[in-house]
Amino acid sequence: MMPSAAGTPSLAPGARVGAVMREVIYALIPAVAVGVWWFGWGVVVNLALAAATALAAEALMLAVRGRPVWLFLGDASALVTALLLAFAIPPLAPWWLIVFGTAFAIIAAKHLYGGLGFNPFNPAMVGYVLLLVSFPREMSTWPAAIGPGVAASPLGIQDVLSLVFSGHAGTGLTVDAVSSATPLDAVRTGVGLGHAVDAVRAGGAFGHIGGKGTEWVNLAVLGGGLWLLARRIIGWQIPLALLATLAGLSGLFHLSDPARYADPLFHLSTGASLLGAFFIATDPVSAATTPRGRLFYGAGIGAITYVIRTWGGYPDGIAFAVLLMNLAAPTIDQYTRPRLFGERSGG
Amino acid sequence: MRFARRLWRFPGGLRLAGNKAMSLATPLVEASLPDRLILPLRQHIGAPAEPRVAVGQSVRKGEILAQAREYVSAPVHAPTSGRVVAIGEHPVPHPSGLSAPCIELAPDGEDRWDDGLDVPEDPSSLSPAELRARIRAAGIVGLGGAVFPSAVKLTPGPQQVIDTLVINGVECEPYITCDDTLMQTRPRDVVEGARVLRLLVGAARCILAVEDNKPQAAQALRRALSGEAAESNEPRDGIEVIQVPTRFPAGGEKQLIRVLTGREVPRSGLPLHIGVVCLNVGTTAAVYDAVFRRRPLISRIVTVTGPGVRRPRNLLVRLGTPLSYLIEQAGGYAIERPRLTMGGPMMGLALSDDTLPITKATNCVLVEPQPAAARTLPCIRCGACVDVCPVRLLPQQLYWFAQSGQYDKARGHGVFDCIECGCCAHVCPSNIPLVQYYRNAKSEIAAAERERSRAERSRQRHEMRQQRLEREQAARKARRRPAARSTTEAGQS
Repeated sequence: MMPSAAGTPSLAPGARVGAVMREVIYALIPAVAVGVWWFGWGVVVNLALAAATALAAEALMLAVRGRPVWLFLGDASALVTALLLAFAIPPLAPWWLIVFGTAFAIIAAKHLYGGLGFNPFNPAMVGYVLLLVSFPREMSTWPAAIGPGVAASPLGIQDVLSLVFSGHAGTGLTVDAVSSATPLDAVRTGVGLGHAVDAVRAGGAFGHIGGKGTEWVNLAVLGGGLWLLARRIIGWQIPLALLATLAGLSGLFHLSDPARYADPLFHLSTGASLLGAFFIATDPVSAATTPRGRLFYGAGIGAITYVIRTWGGYPDGIAFAVLLMNLAAPTIDQYTRPRLFGERSGG
Repeated sequence: MRFARRLWRFPGGLRLAGNKAMSLATPLVEASLPDRLILPLRQHIGAPAEPRVAVGQSVRKGEILAQAREYVSAPVHAPTSGRVVAIGEHPVPHPSGLSAPCIELAPDGEDRWDDGLDVPEDPSSLSPAELRARIRAAGIVGLGGAVFPSAVKLTPGPQQVIDTLVINGVECEPYITCDDTLMQTRPRDVVEGARVLRLLVGAARCILAVEDNKPQAAQALRRALSGEAAESNEPRDGIEVIQVPTRFPAGGEKQLIRVLTGREVPRSGLPLHIGVVCLNVGTTAAVYDAVFRRRPLISRIVTVTGPGVRRPRNLLVRLGTPLSYLIEQAGGYAIERPRLTMGGPMMGLALSDDTLPITKATNCVLVEPQPAAARTLPCIRCGACVDVCPVRLLPQQLYWFAQSGQYDKARGHGVFDCIECGCCAHVCPSNIPLVQYYRNAKSEIAAAERERSRAERSRQRHEMRQQRLEREQAARKARRRPAARSTTEAGQS
């Protein structure tokens, strides 16, 4: 049944999935650098652990499934999954958390569904959600701004490694001692206790528009995302629809009661809004694939994220929103087929 | 002064490297005569022509070798004078790679025209019906590659109003320059042919469309249109030259009509349903030859090009010339294991060997090195194919349906609207041969359709037979009943 590849067009330049994935990785490098600057070497340790686990799990599954290991390792899609997951896990988290989450993402969410191109759910988000519901305490212990760029006495790489692998450093330091509530968490708890948003945001975890430090990381994510857009690695539909819906909904509620609802800029610059819009929701395999469908898909993620953040049980909702919309993607595609050339509109 | 004119866009498309300069470096020459011409009886869409000559018979140049019997068909003429040496199966350029009936002609070297041919004629003395008959008798078919009989296209029917005639000199495929060469060498014939055709279809305006990467061709046509001296862009006699942006596949009939008029040819319709007739420039020049000079279609310009030939160039070639002979005239192969394509690299037909003849459809012979075996990865649904599809199909969904044998769904998603331009496969990051999957799905669906209608016919036949048998049985019973009843009664008593 497989037709010969010898026919026309003969100009095709060969498989470039790996090149596409590598560009996604390059686009995240600035965010990694800014992350290290603000939050220390734990960011890099996360990345290294996730990348090593992902490659090992990918190679194992390819071998078990009898697929060409080197060809598929070369597509770099496992590394992208690892990178996104590493970003979503708090630096200084115990090593097994990252290893477990990444292995589950690659083995269960990707390969048990058929590998590259066949997974209905975004593997990184499956791994993230598994960790979030299984280990809520570890997953919400985020370090404060303790990186070498900002802290007076930053943690050395030795301390970071022993915190990650044993839970405490030689000086009697624990992860809890350097952690702080995330901005989304603080606003959620504060508003729940009846404080005004502005009062909560006067606290130490906040920066100019979002979280202290995280707002800069997210700015770098935005830069990388815009670069991917300019390089046409991703389409504009999903990021725009996602961010516009999130901004629109938060703007509407903020206008109705500024004391209870944070402003749109806060929502865009905190949590995984930008990472989600440009890097997670744009994973083509699990997203809607028609041009119009991608608008609905992005808008759905934006709306669900806002609902979870504001009224749900978790501080951020990007991961759940992405998975729920993954579920809806085939249906969206079904109903958003473009009008064919020469087809009467509506017909 | 060039007056601005509104142009439209078609969806998708690609900017491709033209690779056209290599075959334009040498001027057009006539290819020499081979010692054997192979003329397939079917070089067009429609019924094959039927032989009118016998083996051993001598024919003159332009004499009819095979006649068109059906309405959608075209005759085949002798490209030179000579002797018919065989009528039978010979390999022809076709996706199946199979053989088809051909007439083989051994040229006698005299190249003598048949009586009454190659004489000047004034087409203004001919009625529309006579003009169409001339075009039909000359064996003219669409020389852009579609090879649909032109006389049929030029007979829109009484209720169809044609307002625009488009002469297609876009030539959007990379490497091909035969139309460019034709427009540069015979601009006046193209313009004269267009004048006749415009009056024939009754169109108020006629557009000579040229891609903007061929300024010399456009200039030549403008000069021919406005007289030697001034090059003007004003329409003249309802005819104007329009340069369209270079974007593959701008030369596709539906795409070009969209660009020039903003109209979309309906999905299952023809250009004439929206008031447009579109013909290729080569076809137009062939019409000129037929109605001004009484010459049937016996030769065409062919681009022999690519990195695999020594001297890429355009040649005026007699139909039936074997490819190998033609490649010799372009300096021969420059590489060890050449890969031959009839047509361009995007939509052309991969050929199995070089013994095949040049036909009316052969605009280009492309010689490239065999590609390295490229690995295919799974589809990641990135949608790059969606962005470039000129029909607004969802190639990734079609691929999914085609490769999993869900042909009904493939059809529902418009696989038959696919023009096989190859844009999707060209941009696919997973290197999937998408067009082959669609071609395969189309032929599977067509085969199933044939099977279904055959099954339907035999079911009907079976039912008719069943009914007839029942009727006969009932009739027999009715005849026997009185006798049977009397026997039973006899037994009871």
